[in-house]
Amino acid sequence: MSETAQSSVVIEHEVGLHARPSVKLTQLAKSFRSRIEISTAAEGPWIDAKSIVKVMGSKTPKGALLHVRAEGEDAETAVQAIVALVERDFETA
Amino acid sequence: MYTPSPNFSWGKVGMGARGASRAAGACPMNTNVGIVIVSHSPDVAKGAADMVRQMVGDDVPLAWCGGAPGGGLGTSVEAIMAAIDRAWSEAGVAILVDLGGAETNSEMAIEMLPDERRDRVVICNAPVVEGAVMAGTEASAGSSLEHVRRTAEELRAA
Repeated sequence: MSETAQSSVVIEHEVGLHARPSVKLTQLAKSFRSRIEISTAAEGPWIDAKSIVKVMGSKTPKGALLHVRAEGEDAETAVQAIVALVERDFETA
Repeated sequence: MYTPSPNFSWGKVGMGARGASRAAGACPMNTNVGIVIVSHSPDVAKGAADMVRQMVGDDVPLAWCGGAPGGGLGTSVEAIMAAIDRAWSEAGVAILVDLGGAETNSEMAIEMLPDERRDRVVICNAPVVEGAVMAGTEASAGSSLEHVRRTAEELRAA
């Protein structure tokens, strides 16, 4: 059963999507089965949220609108979880 | 030729009782690939390990070693073997090294491992600090040794 989900959230973390936030986002993404991608623009380019090298390499700054989309059996839960992580400023739940 | 010394320098980071590390399987953490950091400088090795612990968390077996057996900068085969042992996981161990001798001594340490472990230890061709964090992140998600190595090495292609 495959589903798709998409959402967006503003990065409020002081340093943006840098080293430590990137690690947390990637670890969370990897805990889901769905394919998960992020982008700083609705039209892309989209990058694999499970790739620590690509996520950290995106250097997404504070204030950026982060788009999150997922496809797979737990897509909805995955997108919600990632948005929630960004909303709570990457603090562990 | 490498000469073992009782004074080799090594360290470990937050891994529980070192003598208990043989109990593979008893600890769930041991299902994730382990990370070993080898630097000529114990300060660099420990600092890189601290970064992995703080950024990636406690789900990855982790050990470091650095410094010559008699003190000063250098690496030692014996210390590397001990670090591999501390970070041992049934899923294997990925080693990050800094310069020349760290790599050749790591290769020698791998060769000296028991047969059943030798094929489950790889050296990542990646910068030691960045590679350790990338490899640790990948390992924390339960990825295979090959996948962990590729993630660390992906840095170079980026």
